[in-house]
Amino acid sequence: MTTLVLIEAEGAAIKKASLSAVAAARAFGAVDVLLIGAHGAQEAARIEGVTRVLHADSTPHLAESIAALIADRASDYDHIVSAATAYGKNVLPRVAGLLDVQPITEVVEIIDANTFVRPIYAGSALSTVRSRDAIKVLTVRNANFDAASLSDAAPAPVEAISAAVEVPDAEYVGIELTHSDRPELESARVVISGGRGLKDAANFKLLEPVADKLGAAIGASRAAVDAGFAPNEMQVGQTGKIVAPELYIAVGLSGAIQHLAGMKDSRVIVAVNMDPEAPIFSVADYGLVGDLFEVLPQLKAELGA
Amino acid sequence: MSTQIEREEMEFDVVIVGGGPAGLSAAIRLRQLMPEATVCLVEKGSEIGAHIVSGAVIEPRALAELFPDWQERGAPLKTPVTEEKVLFLTGKRGFSIPFIDKLMPAMANHGNYVVSLGEVCRWLGAQAEELGVEIYPGFAAAEPFIEDGRLCGIITGDMGVNREGEQGPNFAPGMILRARQTILTEGVRGSISQRVMKQFNLRQGVDPQTYGLGIKEVWEIPAEKHKPGFVQHSFGWPMDDGTYGGAWLYHFGENLVSYGFVTGLDYSNTWLSPFQEMQRLKTHPEFAKHLEGGRRLIYGARALSEGGFQSLPRLSFPGGVLAGDSAGFLNMPKIKGTHTAMKSGMLAAEAVAEALGHEGPCEATSYTRRFKSSWLFKELFEARNVRPAFALWGNRLGALYAGIDSLIFRGRAPWTLHFRHTDHEALKPADQCKPIAYPKPDGTLTFDLTSSVFLSGTNHEEDQPIHLKLRDPSKWLPVNWNIFRSPESRYCPAGVYEALEENSTMRLQINAQNCVHCKTCDIKDPTQNIDWCVPEGAGGPNYPVGM
Amino acid sequence: MKIVVPVKRVVDYNIKPRVKADNSGVDTQGVKMSMNPFDEIAVEEAVRLREKGAASEIVVVTIGVAEAQPVLRTAMAMGADRGILVQTDADLEPLAVAKLLKVIIDRENPGLVVMGKQAIDDDMNATGQILAARLNWPQGTFASSVAVEDGRITVVREADGGLETVRLALPAVVTTDLRLNEPRYATMPNIMKAKKKPLETIAADTLGVDIAPRLEVVSVVEPPVRQAGIKVSSVAELVGKLRDEAKVI
Repeated sequence: MTTLVLIEAEGAAIKKASLSAVAAARAFGAVDVLLIGAHGAQEAARIEGVTRVLHADSTPHLAESIAALIADRASDYDHIVSAATAYGKNVLPRVAGLLDVQPITEVVEIIDANTFVRPIYAGSALSTVRSRDAIKVLTVRNANFDAASLSDAAPAPVEAISAAVEVPDAEYVGIELTHSDRPELESARVVISGGRGLKDAANFKLLEPVADKLGAAIGASRAAVDAGFAPNEMQVGQTGKIVAPELYIAVGLSGAIQHLAGMKDSRVIVAVNMDPEAPIFSVADYGLVGDLFEVLPQLKAELGA
Repeated sequence: MSTQIEREEMEFDVVIVGGGPAGLSAAIRLRQLMPEATVCLVEKGSEIGAHIVSGAVIEPRALAELFPDWQERGAPLKTPVTEEKVLFLTGKRGFSIPFIDKLMPAMANHGNYVVSLGEVCRWLGAQAEELGVEIYPGFAAAEPFIEDGRLCGIITGDMGVNREGEQGPNFAPGMILRARQTILTEGVRGSISQRVMKQFNLRQGVDPQTYGLGIKEVWEIPAEKHKPGFVQHSFGWPMDDGTYGGAWLYHFGENLVSYGFVTGLDYSNTWLSPFQEMQRLKTHPEFAKHLEGGRRLIYGARALSEGGFQSLPRLSFPGGVLAGDSAGFLNMPKIKGTHTAMKSGMLAAEAVAEALGHEGPCEATSYTRRFKSSWLFKELFEARNVRPAFALWGNRLGALYAGIDSLIFRGRAPWTLHFRHTDHEALKPADQCKPIAYPKPDGTLTFDLTSSVFLSGTNHEEDQPIHLKLRDPSKWLPVNWNIFRSPESRYCPAGVYEALEENSTMRLQINAQNCVHCKTCDIKDPTQNIDWCVPEGAGGPNYPVGM
Repeated sequence: MKIVVPVKRVVDYNIKPRVKADNSGVDTQGVKMSMNPFDEIAVEEAVRLREKGAASEIVVVTIGVAEAQPVLRTAMAMGADRGILVQTDADLEPLAVAKLLKVIIDRENPGLVVMGKQAIDDDMNATGQILAARLNWPQGTFASSVAVEDGRITVVREADGGLETVRLALPAVVTTDLRLNEPRYATMPNIMKAKKKPLETIAADTLGVDIAPRLEVVSVVEPPVRQAGIKVSSVAELVGKLRDEAKVI
């Protein structure tokens, strides 16, 4: 049996989250991918480990249509997978609903074909569950799986498919991409957060040049929000946003537990703090004891090199 | 609070402020006596029990008077005291005080129960609701509502006011809860009670109130070490002879241990940190052996009144009464305040019921008379000289006096010792105090402050006015910093206050969101410059059952 | 138009959940429970739609133990008109919840279902989508704004990288995201009124739905504690490590 992975393209390129989903799915065996929309089929064919690309170029980006398309072909598969992006999280549970299956979302580890680990309670606990369903419908967290690489060796065949099924009446109006050059906190690949060590709201701007260099989102500790240095929507932590970027840079924040709860799943953590005893160092992969007012300009310069 | 706000009114026979043992007992007694009376109880915690911190070994006496069938009703008093120890500690050893039950019969705990007072209050809350009391958790009494020189209820806090004090999109104005009688049971240093005591001059002619700060942790320990009903108290190390303080450790429930430490807030050394004292005592072999191999589940703190009999204010005033620790009914030598709080609440309710029987406004004056002829009076009167003896002569002589007072005079000595000053006056300037070097937390038995506060479930809606203010901000640097080196950054058990250096000068950072509502800052600030206002309802700690 | 709002009773978001010593789950004994915050947003949105004249009645539904009733009362204090408790002691998965909800919705016949995008206990983010599938209704998930006109609902959705707009024929299922609104406080008079609003209790096992779990919980553990890494001595060394060792920049 085979796994079907719903992938997404951005322009002609396949999204990195989707490449991670393919890599995760390869644990089960052969992988077919399903791509919706006009672009990206060529690159999809080059994903390592993909045996077939199903390309529905005229299907709208609507959960109703995509889920129906997948459910229609589900009997060919024992696993249906996507990345746990807003796109995947919108579509796959609907697929599960159509198939009378309990989906397993936000998977961070695959134990075997039926057994998966997923975080619950905002990551305060990890739950291992074994599915009794014949078809497993999963979304996987891309931060926990390496991306599949692209290869020119033997592109997989691309098969055009179309939807013939009747779907509920929904209309795709459009998407307004966020104009800010800065990504959103929860989906950013890199997050740089400031704490009270920045001393005032004006100094928060010191994070921006570094964030620009890294394409990072900017976050703040609760203490910094509390002190009025940053707006609440920037708060990372138990009571704010939970983030798990590839790289998390904590600047001038001590690392209160409530903050750690919001960022400890980041892949790589960097801490910059004056106080060598700050708890943030106990979770940091790379710690730099120093004055952030000196470190930030240096960091910007080094990154520019 | 702005006076321009149009406020809705609701009217009740009785409004009770605070859902602790005193308030809930008063509510229950009222409805038992007057099933038709409308009784409204407001509680600033997110639910009944959310702000309750206590040891607690409780004496079931008052409960049995409130509900003679409390056992059949399933009251959560499940762990009877089975074994009791009182230890005098030196740095390395503990000396058990023998025959404590003979020496100080008031201290003996035979027949008492180890409980989670939060759980008891939740149960009392359910009983009260069943009797028709209307309970509103998440609503803070922000202001007394005074009309014609009489307390006529309270005004609940505005909700949805932003940090700048402006009305936010979900603004909901506080309401006037009008009442014929108002029962104040806010616990120690209640903000309405404080104002009412001042307004009606209720403390005239009584000793100043003196306080302690109790800091508590609940642990889960390995089943093989658990001895349900084991009760241990200690005094001595790590406190010096001039500083009042002691610890408790109780085994209860399912593999749970309640550990805590009370620091007398009349301490003089500005370098003292009640939190650090509480942490380091756990490393003493007599305590460590119980906790090792366990995990810490809950953390919390609350001030308690220690003054007892001499410090009780006038109990009734036009339109209302004070009960529980709002008045100061805790029995310090017994280290118990629940049965006294409950009894005072019941007596207050009986007096209020009588007053409601009269036409028109009247004062529930029979409360004082009822108190004087109750066992509560006798108990507090007999205990009255113990705590002041410690304050006057230190721990060793104080303890000796306590023994004599109890053994020879049975509490009926022909004199009464007095408290000479308030707790905030006791603090000495930093240059006259010996700094204390506290050990670093080890992360298994002892912990830092932030990870501790995290276990209190404390939260306040971020976008609201800071509820802790300096009445005169310019006083902080010359007084709190220059003279006392910021004692608030040490006595606050929640890390609310931090002295920070900024541009080579010091300033006070107030992290109001961390506040666990213990009221210590309101008590101990050397110039009484910290104003503890009630934050938005439902803010503060969220102590679970077990606390 | 009638709106059905399903709500869930969960461990309050201020409480740090504790894994049980036997690793069978998270300890919810004696812990403060509240309405799932995303569901509060759903109730608020339904009330706003009624205030705008787009809805006439709001029915809140919860599925769970008898102690879940206060959550319905809270929703009614916020403005819902009546409540339904589908009572069961079983621990239900989103699929089972959706199936039970479908029975209630078939009976109530609403024009719109508004619900939280996920519950903060199991963090599944699935019930709304499953429900929409089983009803064969369109879905507008992760809504940051909604508008009803001419029998359709326009939903602006929090999508990857921006805001996506869909227009759905009613009836439809909408799931709420954080930015949709800021829920109102339940005031004391409204809490009092809510106590008198109708609340119907239906035993889940009378609805003829298979609610047997599809997932077996093998274990629930606390996440591994992150280990401290190394200290670097300069910015240059830090950037070098990030580039060559961690390969994140």
